[in-house]
Amino acid sequence: MGLLSDPVRRRALARLVLRLNAPLCVLSYVAGIAWFLALVFPPLTQRTYMSENAMGSTMVEEQFAGGDRARAFARDFAAHRKKSGALPVAWLERTMRSVGLEVYTQSFSRKLPFPDETHERYMVSGTNVYGILRAPRAASTESLVLTVPCGSDSTNSQAVGLLLALAAHFRGQIYWAKDIVFLVTEHDLLGTEAWLEAYHDVNVTGMQSSPLQGRAGAIQAAVALELSSDVVTSLDVAVEGLNGQLPNLDLLNLFQTFCQKGGLLCTLQGKLQPEDWTSLDGPLQGLQTLLLMVLRQASGRPHGSHGLFLRYRVEALTLRGINSFRQYKYDLVAVGKALEGMFRKLNHLLERLHQSFFLYLLPGLSRFVSIGLYMPAVGFLLLGVGLASLVAPLLISQAMGLALYVLPVLGQHVATQHFPVAEAEAVVLTLLAIYAAGLALPHNTHRVVSTQAPDRGWMALKLVALIYLALQLGCIALTNFSLGFLLATTMVPTAALAKPHGPRTLYAALLVLTSPAATLLGSLFLWRELQEAPLSLAEGWQLFLAALAQGVLEHHTYGALLFPLLSLGLYPCWLLFWNVLFWK
Amino acid sequence: MAAPLVLVLVVAVTVRAALFRSSLAEFISERVEVVSPLSSWKRVVEGLSLLDLGVSPYSGAVFHETPLIIYLFHFLIDYAELVFMITDALTAIALYFAIQDFNKVVFKKQKLLLELDQYAPDVAELIRTPMEMRYIPLKVALFYLLNPYTILSCVAKSTCAINNTLIAFFILTTIKGSAFLSAIFLALATYQSLYPLTLFVPGLLYLLQTRHINPNSAAAVHTCENEEQSLLDLFLGVCHDVCGKPSGNHLPLLLPSQLLGFHPRSLWLYINVFFYTIPLAIKLKEHPIFFMFIQIAVIAIFKSYPTVGDVALYMAFFPVWNHLYRFLRNIFVLTCIIIVCSLLFPVLWHLWIYAGSANSNFFYAITLTFNVGQILLISDYFYAFLRREYYLTHGLYLTAKDGTEAMLVLK
Repeated sequence: MGLLSDPVRRRALARLVLRLNAPLCVLSYVAGIAWFLALVFPPLTQRTYMSENAMGSTMVEEQFAGGDRARAFARDFAAHRKKSGALPVAWLERTMRSVGLEVYTQSFSRKLPFPDETHERYMVSGTNVYGILRAPRAASTESLVLTVPCGSDSTNSQAVGLLLALAAHFRGQIYWAKDIVFLVTEHDLLGTEAWLEAYHDVNVTGMQSSPLQGRAGAIQAAVALELSSDVVTSLDVAVEGLNGQLPNLDLLNLFQTFCQKGGLLCTLQGKLQPEDWTSLDGPLQGLQTLLLMVLRQASGRPHGSHGLFLRYRVEALTLRGINSFRQYKYDLVAVGKALEGMFRKLNHLLERLHQSFFLYLLPGLSRFVSIGLYMPAVGFLLLGVGLASLVAPLLISQAMGLALYVLPVLGQHVATQHFPVAEAEAVVLTLLAIYAAGLALPHNTHRVVSTQAPDRGWMALKLVALIYLALQLGCIALTNFSLGFLLATTMVPTAALAKPHGPRTLYAALLVLTSPAATLLGSLFLWRELQEAPLSLAEGWQLFLAALAQGVLEHHTYGALLFPLLSLGLYPCWLLFWNVLFWK
Repeated sequence: MAAPLVLVLVVAVTVRAALFRSSLAEFISERVEVVSPLSSWKRVVEGLSLLDLGVSPYSGAVFHETPLIIYLFHFLIDYAELVFMITDALTAIALYFAIQDFNKVVFKKQKLLLELDQYAPDVAELIRTPMEMRYIPLKVALFYLLNPYTILSCVAKSTCAINNTLIAFFILTTIKGSAFLSAIFLALATYQSLYPLTLFVPGLLYLLQTRHINPNSAAAVHTCENEEQSLLDLFLGVCHDVCGKPSGNHLPLLLPSQLLGFHPRSLWLYINVFFYTIPLAIKLKEHPIFFMFIQIAVIAIFKSYPTVGDVALYMAFFPVWNHLYRFLRNIFVLTCIIIVCSLLFPVLWHLWIYAGSANSNFFYAITLTFNVGQILLISDYFYAFLRREYYLTHGLYLTAKDGTEAMLVLK
């Protein structure tokens, strides 16, 4: 309490902070960026290791040999699917029953808020088919899930074939202590969401689905499989889930262990991992992988149906088979053996996976950075913000944010009546229109705000805006580090610099370049650049518009938080800085 | 002044009605910061259904409310939302009229002290004028009704709102000078949760002082004290006897110890609330309403299951002391602490329960920080109040012996 109550020391401290304010802000910002870049180098990045003792030893001997059967099932499935145009429910039921599972179906339907142009769907209805393998000597209290999402654009027939062959193989074993659910969903992620909601008896996204007839106990872990070719050159793994949630690192370690055991090539983001982390090449590629992971996590999209399991505290991964131009190919038996090994180890689990990390970043498949080591980066960035009447601009900015959130979807019908655009385009164009309209605000709010103390007015507004920004970024960074870091990197410097005096056009240009929409556009270009498929300006703009539509759609279908955070939280905050800049 | 108050009431009721109809109502009624096991609506409904089935509501250790709440909601269960909106409105109206009368008393007392030359000569800018005090009652009602904490408590249907109404009526009747009514309301408030008992002391001090200004004999003072005391005891006893036997079982006295099975060591934490009464009574015997404000804040901080509804009640009083603003030293830091903690509550709860990554330590660290912020806030107000009193009697521009500006240090 000495500092708070002793006036002499307070005054000295205040003078010190005021004098060093600008250099401290710059220094802390640079320190934050430097710390982030240093995350790929050895002392900050560690090798992964298995933390769960129950999954420690790899003394499992895989015996799966149903490669031919899997291919036969796959061909049958593809033929039936082509014939019926949708998921061949009757065939799946028959086959699963013949393999020896308890088969159930679930129908679901959903009307999307506006037509989805990328997947070309609007009124979605489908059926999920799942079979439960009951554990012979256990009480059906816990279960594992192997799921294959089948959409209209990705038929995944080899995955369905492998699923059925594995089911047949697993049915003959006696060592299962948990039930195994083999789930085939229609309309990929929408079907998975419907099944999960019905399984856990909640209704988070407004999906209409029939209740489940059969359940198998609390789900301990899930694996989503996507295979579209008879042979694969490598197995790719995706970890980022909805709203940036990640599965327990042990699940990734498990996957890697079994790929190494079987000699199967495993990749992350489609690229092989560097072995050598001592020279500069390894860390540089690690930086590319890290940045891509940050961008994917920040987008908050579920990159695979595993992403939807994570919300229910079920650790899940998506495995994708890649068939590239590599010479050595692996057939379905190799993939099946890896899956068998994983499921046998998961069978050993006594409790849910909790020993290893839930929050981490991956510079490579066998390297990770834990939250304790990457949090200081965002801490340094936000330190700069904390260190450097108002009600009317605040209310108006928040009202603009609310308009940005609510109006595009509500107003799409009005827009399509008056303009020759499709609904999805109408939503995106309304978004952009309201966003740009916010730029014209300062000229109007000045009539409302009194000008009796012009100088103090903008300083107080900037103070409130900075605290608001720091608060939001802090809260966002706690739940989704990548999004918080990305937004802090772009918004903090220009927010700190905003003031009415000085080169106004330069500051205005900088502020527009670092606004949330521009950050989204920039990160799209960066993402494609990192994937070595750079975009031209026109393509980039088209992708940006598609990303805006997807963002709004995902918020309404899965509850993704990127759209509400940007429109209700960060856009009003940015508008406040825009108001400060144009203060008369 | 009635029209602005009615307007504020209409706006408040609209906001609450809109939130009741939205999908947020479910989410808010389960938040730990807004409802506690002692004030949750779900438990009231549980107790009512147990009563309907003929079982004692107190079996099962779920229901911790008083029998009076059962009887109140037995008839009003269908209008629950309306009841809570009306209780909030009543609290605001009670506070409005209470502060209106209090301002008159303050102004009268100030005039008396000015005439008696009790104030130093250069304190003209500290003297309060009726003009500046004109809008204070409206601001108090506004602060209470449009405080996000109050709105959240109302939407969650937490019975803390009913406790707030009873305390507000207690304050109103005390300031109006009616000992009988204030004893009734204090008894009802104490009946619901034990802590308002500490408000007996400031209430008594206030009643004695107002009767002292209107001349009365010493005997009347003593009878007033006895009257209050006996009314309180009588009422508590009557409540227990009349309402205490719904199904023949003896109603246990609603103390935290017996109902919630706490550890004996934490008894000291609950008694903490009562510890502060006597020192505050000694220091603030000339200012019983400020004493009441500090006591309500102490109750909100140290009670066993604090919720934001308790915080909202003492926050409503801030406009009454806005003449202390120039003496508050840490108000900016404290406002930031309170806002940051309020925002971090749901984030850390989400991380702990849903993301599976943080643990209870993070969440309870934030509750502790919130409490530390509140403690610093009321000690800041206390310091500012004492400082103003010092300046009033000793002069505003103090010089040390060598003529330089003197610095006041609190020892």
